[in-house]
Amino acid sequence: MKIGLYPGCSFEGSSREYAESLRAIAPALGVELEEVEGWNCCGASSAHSLDHTLSLALPAKILAQAEAQKMEELAVPCAACFNRLASTRTELAADSSVRATVAGMINMPYAGTTAVRNILEVLNRVLTPDAGKSLPKSFPHKVACYYGCLLVRPKSVVHHERMEDPMEMDDLMKRIGATPIDWAMKTECCGASFSITRTDIVGRLGGRILEDAAARGAEAIIVACPMCHSNLDMRRKEIERVVGKKFNIPVLYVTQAIGIALGIEPKALGLQRHFVAVALEGKNKVPQNAPARRSAAVS
Amino acid sequence: MDSQFEPKILAFVCNWCTYAGADLTGTSRIKYATNVRIVRFPCTGRIDYNLLLRAFAQGADGIIVSGCHPNDCHYTSGNFHARRRWMVFRQMMEYMGIDMRRVKFSWVSAAEGAKWAEVVNSAVADVRELGPSKAFQAMAREVA
Amino acid sequence: MSRIGVFICHCGENISATVDCEKVAKTVAGVPGVAHSVDYKYMCSDPGQNLIRQAIKEKELTGVVVAACSPRMHEPTFRRTCAESGLNPFLCEMANLREHCSWVHAKGDATTKKAADLVSMMVEKVKRNKPLFPIKVPVTKTALVIGGGIAGIQAALDIANAGQKVIMVEHDPSIGGHMSQLSETFPTLDCSQCILTPRMVEIAQHQNITLYTYAEVESLTGFIGNFTARIRKKAKSIDEKACTGCGECATACPIKKIPSEFNARLGLRSAIYIPFPQAVPNKPVIDRTRCSYFKTGKCKFCQTKCPANAIHFDQQDELIDIEVGSVVVATGFNIKETSFFPEYGYGKYKDVLTGLQFERLLSASGPTLGEPRRPSDGTVPKKIVFIACAGSRDPAKGIEYCSKICCMYTAKHAMLYKHKVHDGDAYVFYMDIRAGGKGYDEFVRRAIEEDQVNYIRGRVSRVYERGEKLIVRGADTLLGAQPVEIEADMVVLATAGIANDGAEELAQKLHVSYDAHHFFSEAHPKLRPVETNTAGIFLAGACQAPKDIPDSVGQASAAASKVLGLFSADELTREPLIAVVNRSAPPVFSTCVGCFTCQTACPYNAIEREEIKTRDGMLIKTVAKVNSGLCQGCGTCVAFCRSKSIDLQGYSNEQVYAEVMEVLA
Repeated sequence: MKIGLYPGCSFEGSSREYAESLRAIAPALGVELEEVEGWNCCGASSAHSLDHTLSLALPAKILAQAEAQKMEELAVPCAACFNRLASTRTELAADSSVRATVAGMINMPYAGTTAVRNILEVLNRVLTPDAGKSLPKSFPHKVACYYGCLLVRPKSVVHHERMEDPMEMDDLMKRIGATPIDWAMKTECCGASFSITRTDIVGRLGGRILEDAAARGAEAIIVACPMCHSNLDMRRKEIERVVGKKFNIPVLYVTQAIGIALGIEPKALGLQRHFVAVALEGKNKVPQNAPARRSAAVS
Repeated sequence: MDSQFEPKILAFVCNWCTYAGADLTGTSRIKYATNVRIVRFPCTGRIDYNLLLRAFAQGADGIIVSGCHPNDCHYTSGNFHARRRWMVFRQMMEYMGIDMRRVKFSWVSAAEGAKWAEVVNSAVADVRELGPSKAFQAMAREVA
Repeated sequence: MSRIGVFICHCGENISATVDCEKVAKTVAGVPGVAHSVDYKYMCSDPGQNLIRQAIKEKELTGVVVAACSPRMHEPTFRRTCAESGLNPFLCEMANLREHCSWVHAKGDATTKKAADLVSMMVEKVKRNKPLFPIKVPVTKTALVIGGGIAGIQAALDIANAGQKVIMVEHDPSIGGHMSQLSETFPTLDCSQCILTPRMVEIAQHQNITLYTYAEVESLTGFIGNFTARIRKKAKSIDEKACTGCGECATACPIKKIPSEFNARLGLRSAIYIPFPQAVPNKPVIDRTRCSYFKTGKCKFCQTKCPANAIHFDQQDELIDIEVGSVVVATGFNIKETSFFPEYGYGKYKDVLTGLQFERLLSASGPTLGEPRRPSDGTVPKKIVFIACAGSRDPAKGIEYCSKICCMYTAKHAMLYKHKVHDGDAYVFYMDIRAGGKGYDEFVRRAIEEDQVNYIRGRVSRVYERGEKLIVRGADTLLGAQPVEIEADMVVLATAGIANDGAEELAQKLHVSYDAHHFFSEAHPKLRPVETNTAGIFLAGACQAPKDIPDSVGQASAAASKVLGLFSADELTREPLIAVVNRSAPPVFSTCVGCFTCQTACPYNAIEREEIKTRDGMLIKTVAKVNSGLCQGCGTCVAFCRSKSIDLQGYSNEQVYAEVMEVLA
């Protein structure tokens, strides 16, 4: 299938490996990604904390551009960008006067015809149970699927039916041979953008997430959001400092896990970019509570 | 469009659902446009579509026909007959030159006070945009 | 020559605040045929009605239009006023200036113009009204009570004790409903079975009551005073007359692991079973979907063991047609399983239960004989967390309304738990405490002060397992949204009360209105709480909305009084707003050509064939004829008739066209 792509700022920056892994698995899954031309920042959390209309205009420009490129659907891998674009689309659909103001601000026609899809919706469509049966390899590990907040809330924007116990990532993981565990922290906050301003809060909240995953024997945490990833991976040292314990559970993007099951080279999936080493197979497999190693060898 | 133009809308409604629903709109004090005049029937099944033709010929700009939701008709099947008649009649009315955007067919139950206000307001807005109904009148005058 | 009297009501300020009533009265006075046009503050009051009476006499009025509230409100009032003054009541109509005009528009010329239009429309209609006379029909003095829970039982006993006949139809194998599943009832902590079972027995033994259990209403036709109901008595596979209720069959049955409905799936039953020890009738039933014999043709142990030869595998459903004069619907409610709150873990964790399931644990006849025990390992829980509003008052995910009984039964559950487990701890997470009935607030205070139940105001965000315990994470909002984590042994959810299964279908069968939640609709929420919009069908109990036992019983007696009122006369008068086929002098006799399309349209089979013959018996023509006892006045036949030979009294073609022409003039 052909679908529009809005990469977003983190995609090219702090979560490059998310972009690499998505672009690596797309051809294998039959997905052709068409990037939005001249895309701008969606505003993420800064825009909506400062100026409401600006927070609508930034995503609206992206959607208007997607419309101009005749995209019926737009895949948005970053969960925050996804939530901003979906919220904007919902709000502009409901209020015609705001729609008119925003269209004026961005100086482009806006009809709201492009649908916004998050990465899980797109992957679920192409990686069906049948497709899962014919993968070259598999991902036979116990995983804790971490959804975070923005993929499943608020109900009026995302329309998720099971926002306290979502299953899309779990289903995807089953299809690639993984065993998703039932755990308590699926949708508990990781601290989000406090990553920058109050890292100690991320330490505490992230610690609870890692403790529960470790207690239930997870070998990896799977995420679908650059913010979740950086809080649980990049901030690992901070978490260990606040909690006073070591955790070596790696954090993988859902696209990276699928990439491994597709037999794609780890380097092509960007696994070496992580702060917490991804060591899942054979003799290099690291015991649960050993100190986390910095990058280097991946098996 | 002429901003002074106030369309004349007739509403043919059933007593058990839409009339009661319109009563609820009143009890709830929900406001809607003044252009509509409700004619009460025991059931939408009673509505002979010749009445709609006559109404257009007499100068109605728009018509609303509204009754109970399918399966909820107080008389079991009256609204099914009304619906079937509508399916056939609308083609005939269109053929006769009536713009079908002037006729709204809806189901409004006795509990849907807010919906009745919406039905009226959207009918009035749509018909106002279309302007006064003229085509059929000219035809009627020719015959008369 | 028409002499119509027009009376414009101010309705206090309700109409006059936005409609210029004086102006309307003056405008309408100018309509040809109007002999009298006045406005007054309260037309429905005594002096208001006197204005009508005087005008009818003094001005020799031939028709009356009262422009006021909705005819659904006061049409009978004003028709009665006219009748008392010698004017046929059907020569009186109402123009709806309140619900359809003054209440929905702002003050202004457009609103006053609309009011004047509405009145002149009705004037034109009334000019064409004909005097009509009520139709008398006999009343069958038997009531059908659908549902054998506490509400149905109360209604049936009230009607039967007044000397009238009752037929009760209960869907389950025994009557008793949810009340029979309760251990103790609030606010008195009465033993539920103790107060219910004597009444259940009375139903079974009452000479005026015929009880059909394991039965359903298949269809209902007819109208008030003259309903015909078809009851399907499902095959129990038992000859109830021969059966002694010894219970040998259930002991002998090899299929013993079926989750028991009576025990809310916490206990087990066999394929042939008596639902509970106090069941009425105390006879077993074979669940044919689980019975070995019906699935594989083998077994029959029960039949072999039965000393009374009462088991008949070849028994068929029985269809019984009954004639009744009125119906009381008392089909009760159900609870909503909380799978849509996956964060509570119901269905995932064995020790997360619904309130009804906990009730069964507390009950002496329950799966643990009254000892609260964890379903997972059978130990006695030392810490129980009760979550109130688990599904109710939640427009986003659950049900937006309040289920009314949960605050009280949660307090009850916590108290009963503490009475049984003295060293146990009970926590209740609540949003508000709704304890408005008599003795209710005192009951809740007792739970808090005497039984030391801990009430925490806040919601629970998550319940998850850690080892053997259930971790309940919530907030304490009275301490400033302080997060609270409790390590519990058991969690009980106060689930939402919803309409019973099959409520929508039943409502459609009975032609009764129902709301978006499939609760049956009362005719008026305040003033007519037990009637429905369908004459002769009444409501009692939780099928109308969630309610507790005192309210259900009260409503049941109210419904019974309506039925008894109906049965107090031998004849019922019907409104004559029915269809009529035109008849005229020979040689035409009628413009009806006898195509009988009208017959195909009529939902009540009210159109018959009438043969018009010469004196010698030679057939001249066959025309349609309306049965005045059956016609309900929908008018579908009128729209069908190609020759316009059939018309609807009260909504004739002449009347309706006149309304339309007038408003567009």
